[in-house]
Amino acid sequence: MVIVLAFLTGGLYACGLYMMMRRSIVKLIMGLALLSYATNLLIFTVGGLTRAAPPLVPEGETVPPVPFADPVPQALILTAIVIGFGVLAFAVVLIEQTHRSVGTDDSNNLRGIEGES
Amino acid sequence: MKATEKRHAAQSLILLTATRYLVPILLLFSLFLLTRGHNEPGGGFVGGLVAGAAFALYALAHTVHQARLLLRFPPRTLIGTGLLIAVGSGLVALLFQRPFMTGIWSAVELPIFGKLGTPGIFDIGVYIAVLGVILQIIFELMEE
Amino acid sequence: MLIAVLSGFGFSLAAIWIARIGRLRGWLFALLPLILTLYFLSFTPAIIAGEVITASYTWVPSLDVQLAFNLDGLSWLFALLVSSIGTFIFIYAGAYMADEPLVGRFYAYILIFMASMLGLVLADNLITLFIFWELTSFSSYLLIGFNHKDDAARKAALQALLITSGGGLALMAGLILLGLAGNSFEISTLVAGGGVAEHPLYVPILLLILTGAFTKSAQVPFHFWLPGAMTAPSPVSAYLHSATMVKAGIYLLARLTPVLGGTDLWHLLLPAVGGLTMLVGAYLSLRQVDLKRILAYSTISSLGSLVFLLGLDTPLAAQAAIVYLVAHSMYKGALFLIAGIIEHETGTRDVTALGGLARIMPAVTLAAGFASLSMAGIPPFFGFVSKELLYETTLGLQDTAVLFTTLAVIVNMIMVAAAVLVFVRPFTGAIVETPQTPHAVPLGLWLGPLALGTGGLAAGLLLSQVGSTFIAPAVSAILAEPIEVNLALWHGINPMLILSIVTVLGGLVVYRYRHVYERISSRLDTSERWGPAQWYERGLDAVLMLGQLQTRILQHGYLRVYLLTINLVVISLVGITLVTRYDFAGQLPSTDLHFHEAVTAVIIAVAMIYVLFARSRLAAVVALGVVGYGIALIFVFFGAPDLAMTQFAIETLTVILMVLILYRLPSFANFSSRGQRTRDAVVALSVGALITTLVLISTTIVQPSLLTPFFAENSVTEAQGRNIVNVIIVDFRGLDTMGEITVLSIAALGVYTLLRLRTPSQRKVDLTAAVETGEIAEKGKSEEAEGVQ
Repeated sequence: MVIVLAFLTGGLYACGLYMMMRRSIVKLIMGLALLSYATNLLIFTVGGLTRAAPPLVPEGETVPPVPFADPVPQALILTAIVIGFGVLAFAVVLIEQTHRSVGTDDSNNLRGIEGES
Repeated sequence: MKATEKRHAAQSLILLTATRYLVPILLLFSLFLLTRGHNEPGGGFVGGLVAGAAFALYALAHTVHQARLLLRFPPRTLIGTGLLIAVGSGLVALLFQRPFMTGIWSAVELPIFGKLGTPGIFDIGVYIAVLGVILQIIFELMEE
Repeated sequence: MLIAVLSGFGFSLAAIWIARIGRLRGWLFALLPLILTLYFLSFTPAIIAGEVITASYTWVPSLDVQLAFNLDGLSWLFALLVSSIGTFIFIYAGAYMADEPLVGRFYAYILIFMASMLGLVLADNLITLFIFWELTSFSSYLLIGFNHKDDAARKAALQALLITSGGGLALMAGLILLGLAGNSFEISTLVAGGGVAEHPLYVPILLLILTGAFTKSAQVPFHFWLPGAMTAPSPVSAYLHSATMVKAGIYLLARLTPVLGGTDLWHLLLPAVGGLTMLVGAYLSLRQVDLKRILAYSTISSLGSLVFLLGLDTPLAAQAAIVYLVAHSMYKGALFLIAGIIEHETGTRDVTALGGLARIMPAVTLAAGFASLSMAGIPPFFGFVSKELLYETTLGLQDTAVLFTTLAVIVNMIMVAAAVLVFVRPFTGAIVETPQTPHAVPLGLWLGPLALGTGGLAAGLLLSQVGSTFIAPAVSAILAEPIEVNLALWHGINPMLILSIVTVLGGLVVYRYRHVYERISSRLDTSERWGPAQWYERGLDAVLMLGQLQTRILQHGYLRVYLLTINLVVISLVGITLVTRYDFAGQLPSTDLHFHEAVTAVIIAVAMIYVLFARSRLAAVVALGVVGYGIALIFVFFGAPDLAMTQFAIETLTVILMVLILYRLPSFANFSSRGQRTRDAVVALSVGALITTLVLISTTIVQPSLLTPFFAENSVTEAQGRNIVNVIIVDFRGLDTMGEITVLSIAALGVYTLLRLRTPSQRKVDLTAAVETGEIAEKGKSEEAEGVQ
């Protein structure tokens, strides 16, 4: 599965970056979303993949039974997922407002309009 | 708000009925996730998200205005409250002459929540802040 | 002692409220420096007995930075100067800025300055000293630019900041090297240890530290920021730019004399730079007509004398330096304050446009008389003693006695002329019409200058007591050995006295024929075109040009091209490293694959590719959702239920978000040509391939984690939680989480602001629409109600 996930992560990066390099700003949002999936998956895979039990300590014990999944990348990703949402929401609204006030969805035309609007 | 009111007129009966049951269940579930988070899967982040989803669902089914009424507090207040609770839970350690954010645990054992301690309070802060953030974004966008 | 240093910072926070009490605020603020003065005076017996009072507080233990304070003779003298002069300055500023609406802010800044200066002179740790040093530069910037609506003030403030903090950077490097070379960051240890002068890094250390000291103390060629700083309010000029802050460089040199002094380089550089500064400052001072600029240039000259004296580092020179420093702080502080009064009352600082003020402001005239007499070095004023000691020092030099004595005499003649100029022109003669009509000067204004002026007289009269109490401990601290100081006004007729008489007479001649002096000097003068101030201007222009050029090339505004550049750089750098450095012979990670995992992976792959080719936005959003849920499933398979739940919740919310906003966005459009698309696809695929390779490589390297066992073992015992992921989030790394929810909150507020604050044209449209429906008033009201809640 590691190999599959490696290719999946690579694929997500490729798709995300390709979408972000489009001139249509709507596609940029999609690219951004794909990129955040890709990064989460990257951390998850590199952090050590295991089909073992989740990092929970059974009641009455002091250490989790071995083997257990590594909690460190999980804690990293958990907050990253939520922050990713915040960033995506902000980006979406920013782009929507840009489109509304500038009237174009071609990022090439967004240059140098600060002074004019 | 105009648009959502129009949508209200064409509200689907199924959605309305479903939300009547789903929203309380989701809210209870979010609290459940929050309280047991320290020992089982769950926690403030996911709890806040589920609660946010519940209110978002309610706003879709009814109107944002009604969802705001149900929530009682404006989302911005929630964000601030959540952050304050989180910071406050960290400050408790200072009273005990310990570094900022050291976990302080009381001996009190609550029924569902387990032991009462500052990390638990911190998680409540996270829950409220996340809920506020989600609803701030979703409500604003719906009202547009 | 920590409280003594930090109290100023504390009070600066409250300054804005304290300032609201009205006219008496100056007196109230002055209580703090007064208490500090008394506090430091309480150490007098200990200091005379040669004791050193230390206090140390842990600050950044991991970097070995202590808030270590050390009160010896030198620190004590400076601390007394800072707090006692501060007392008068604070009283004065209360009256001087009586009608200034932002007076609270002014006191906040100047309190920060006072506290920083105290910290600077008391610090025993090099890093602590540096931080306080920078804080003085910073507060000086705020104070020079206090009239922030004035273009010239802003420019002067920036100039002062750039010069002094540029020097500060050099100083930081020098101090760190010094700490490494001497194996300690504690000054007291360095002084006791010695050996730095023989260290191979000695030359760079000395040059860097001197750069810092010279910029701060306005030595040639960095002197030009000080006259510019005269745009600051007069209390600031008196306090920072003559009495205390510019002496920080002098203090540093004096402090480090036992560590760095005594070498040939020290004996060469300091007298050379100091001597040059003496001459340039004096020369320029008499060419000015603006009172404050005359004083500023003469201050530069005095600072040069101090550097010169410290460079000789003999007991006599150190003694001369300390006496000169104390005398100068008093008379120059007083004269700056008087210049402020004159400007405040008459509306001008031009000496040629003033006259006859003696009849209007007697108390100020008395103060000005005392201060000028001290500056001119007339007995029995303290300034006379300092000049005698200066001559005694230069006469005692071996090879260069004639050269430096001549230099000192010439410089002092000009100083005498300047002293006569600043007193005689404004105060004597007939009353001259000025932009404002002067009237009686309030007590708050004349008290400070008179006290400082009288101080110069008193110090001269009580010479032996002053010498043993104030001067001797400081000189002993500079030389790191006990020194006896015997000061006297009358030594009999000796060469120094004759030189003094010559100086005063010569000064009067210079004053009498100063127009001749001006004519000659203006013909000689090329500093307008070639002076360091011009170099500064050109340097600044060049930096701005470079910035513009750089922006035009790199910040062209095409997001795609940025991405393309970043990606290409990543591919080439990482790719080249991989190919050249990495041995691919290693085995691949395990290949076992369960059926349900394979299905999930295929679904994700199909969905993500679908996003690329989707024609409608909704289809793309749905496909995105599929990718997200698929990833959540992967989290489930590999032991991460917390992640899975979070991902499911977020995915749902993302879909809601996208659906809400999607129809307000334009539909997908293809702007790029086929060629561009192919190019982007190749780049994107290369990055993807690179990532895949990196993942494959990194998963074959098994590196046992150090963190994981720690968290696993301590989760229950230390943090009383059985869900380790949650324990990490809320307890072990709780501070990170705090940061994360803050970021989230800011994102939410950003969304709110973006949606509510439109460009004006849009808002107008919205407003008309809203007014029609009567909605806006209600909305506003309900929002207010929310705010109250």
